[in-house]
Amino acid sequence: MTAQEIRLCGLLLQEHFGEMVEKVGTHLLRSGAQNLRTIVQETNLSVDLVKKCLCVLVQHGACCFTSGRKGPGSPTEYRACCDRILRVLRYPRYIYTAKTLYGDTGELIIEELLQRGHMTMSSTVKTVADRLTQNMEEGHSMDYSEVSSTFSKLVETHFLQRCPPVGGAGTSGSAAPAAAPAAAAAPAAAVSVAPPTPESFPECYSVPHLSLIGRGKRQLVPENGEDQRNAKRAKMDTETHGDEGIYWQVNFERFHQHFRDQAIISAVANKLDQTSSEIVRTILRMSEVTTSATAACTKPLSANEIFRSLPASYNIPRHILDQYLTLLVDDPMEFVGKTGESGGGMFVVNLHRALANLARATIESIVQERFGSRSARIFRLLLRKRHLEQKQVEDFAMIPAKEAKDMLYTLLSHNLVQLQEIPKTPDFAPSRTFYLYTVNQLPTARMLLQNCYKTVANLIERRLFETKENKRLLEKSQRIEAILASLQASGAEPEQLSEVEEMISAPEKQQLDVLKLHVNKLDSAENQVDETVFVLESYVSSTSTS
Amino acid sequence: MAGKGRGVGAFTFNIEALGIGRGSMPEARVGPSPLYPNTDFKPVPLKVGEDEDYMLALKQEMRGAMQRLPHNIKAQSGRADVEKYTERYLKHRQMDDETWTPDWNLFPKELMPRTKKPRRKVTKNKKSGKGSSKEAADVLSKLDELEKKDDGNAEKSDDEPEKKTKNEEEEEIEEEEYEEEDLEEDNDYIESYFDNGEDFAADSDDNMDGEATY
Repeated sequence: MTAQEIRLCGLLLQEHFGEMVEKVGTHLLRSGAQNLRTIVQETNLSVDLVKKCLCVLVQHGACCFTSGRKGPGSPTEYRACCDRILRVLRYPRYIYTAKTLYGDTGELIIEELLQRGHMTMSSTVKTVADRLTQNMEEGHSMDYSEVSSTFSKLVETHFLQRCPPVGGAGTSGSAAPAAAPAAAAAPAAAVSVAPPTPESFPECYSVPHLSLIGRGKRQLVPENGEDQRNAKRAKMDTETHGDEGIYWQVNFERFHQHFRDQAIISAVANKLDQTSSEIVRTILRMSEVTTSATAACTKPLSANEIFRSLPASYNIPRHILDQYLTLLVDDPMEFVGKTGESGGGMFVVNLHRALANLARATIESIVQERFGSRSARIFRLLLRKRHLEQKQVEDFAMIPAKEAKDMLYTLLSHNLVQLQEIPKTPDFAPSRTFYLYTVNQLPTARMLLQNCYKTVANLIERRLFETKENKRLLEKSQRIEAILASLQASGAEPEQLSEVEEMISAPEKQQLDVLKLHVNKLDSAENQVDETVFVLESYVSSTSTS
Repeated sequence: MAGKGRGVGAFTFNIEALGIGRGSMPEARVGPSPLYPNTDFKPVPLKVGEDEDYMLALKQEMRGAMQRLPHNIKAQSGRADVEKYTERYLKHRQMDDETWTPDWNLFPKELMPRTKKPRRKVTKNKKSGKGSSKEAADVLSKLDELEKKDDGNAEKSDDEPEKKTKNEEEEEIEEEEYEEEDLEEDNDYIESYFDNGEDFAADSDDNMDGEATY
């Protein structure tokens, strides 16, 4: 947990869950695993408040709890997960992907699950059906079965998964499935066991049999008096649908795999052409469920299988396909590799190498945009040739000595290039030592990743600052909009409406427009920096597993 | 140190060997780098398109939605005396569901709010267990004695069980009162009497700490 990550997590928690949760969350992030009493003492908040905050964090998977380190009798310890909190930045991308794959229904299902942390299938289906009905025309409503089928499709393709049941954590393990006791039955060892992943449970992706029949209800705009009655009625509406205790959560790893596949396909499309990208897309689609999240390559597929599974719109003859495959294998990007000759040739997509190449391209483009194309040339040269002396850099890059020196020193001061000393004599005398410039891709990627986190945190802070500066103006405009809406609803004349609109003067309107433009730009920038974060993060995590 | 005064810019080694002449050194730094340095290369403009606009809208909506959910725990702000005119027109009154109760099967039991209190009393009674009725009788008799003696300085040992039972009774009374207030609507009297719900927990914490030190 670096300082930048903690700062960013704090800002994200504050924006989405409030300041109290932010306090508890950042405290947990900074100090590792702690039990309830210590948290209460060190944050100076009341016990109830800390309990509520912890509940919210656990609900969203941002915090996990284990029984204490000193054995089964000690109090439960809570640990916050930095990665999970950083995912909040990517929520819009998840929802949009679900929309492109499964339409509005899928989009709303994912949105509901992201907002609530985890929910049962029945409550999700009901809420989504109600929301869809809300947007449909009068007299139409959404059937629960449609929503259920979309839900099942999402589970089949592993975008949703069941929450792992809690086997240990203080209570004697009872109804946990077979995998859990193996993990929870090592209490004697005082080492905290890593919590089992959701995938270690056999029932992770099985949809429960539900008895859920009905249609979405359209919610009428309630008056204040009705509000309470409706709320009471909702509380008493406790039908059971046969899936109590089975909670579903969004499977972020699967979404990440999807993003990674998309990145590879678009890279191939940019470098080669549309047909090759379709071929790669076919290979990736066929290996979706057979490849694990951390695999270095997909399972080998024969050219015959690829030919059979190409989409019907691409009528390329067999020998053209073979030529394309050869081209892909020979490409220096090494996205596709050949592992054998049977079946017309066995082909794999080299996932880790593809990620490394994508990260390298990202880093090169960052250097280019920051320092100019000649510095980028030097940088690329050093990436390829590993270690070069000062003189060699000038010669290979074909840049005059003085400018090359300047650029190298600038890159060195920004830590993008490192100096490696190779002594000729054991006393490291400068006149008898080789000084070689070098670039290490992995540490550079990590450093730029931290820069990205810092960038996003700065963007968020700037946006909060801008909204705070203009708070009075924003409130005024909200009030006027609300008045306008209520006037329109009660059928007012145009003169009244225009009178109300004139309550905001023209320069104020201009100020509001400028503010809106700034806030939109900052928000959009956050989304786009997150794309870079994704590429760099995937690369860093792929190297840690291989 | 020998180099000082005589040639401040002198190096300890032969500078020519590195391939750099004296004139081609970069400028010496005079202090920390500026906070907002001038950049020669301006950043690339943001991507604009349908996808980006949609994701922007999604992001802003999601932020607003999550701030309205009960997961968003707001700081306990003192309630204003007069409800502001603006608040009547702002439609943020539509909270989804005021209280959200998680499924306790997935959560550690210690995070449950307030049901701890009766359970604690039950365990306390169980602990004092068989002797409880006897103790109570003893305590009552002692109290009677004290009252008769009209002794201002009660002994500490007498104080202890006295305080314990008194606190338990107080807790009971407070709890009943609090439960009633929960169902009633907020009115100023209750507000000022119990600042917020946390006072109750704070009281019980004081009690716990008080017992521990004894």
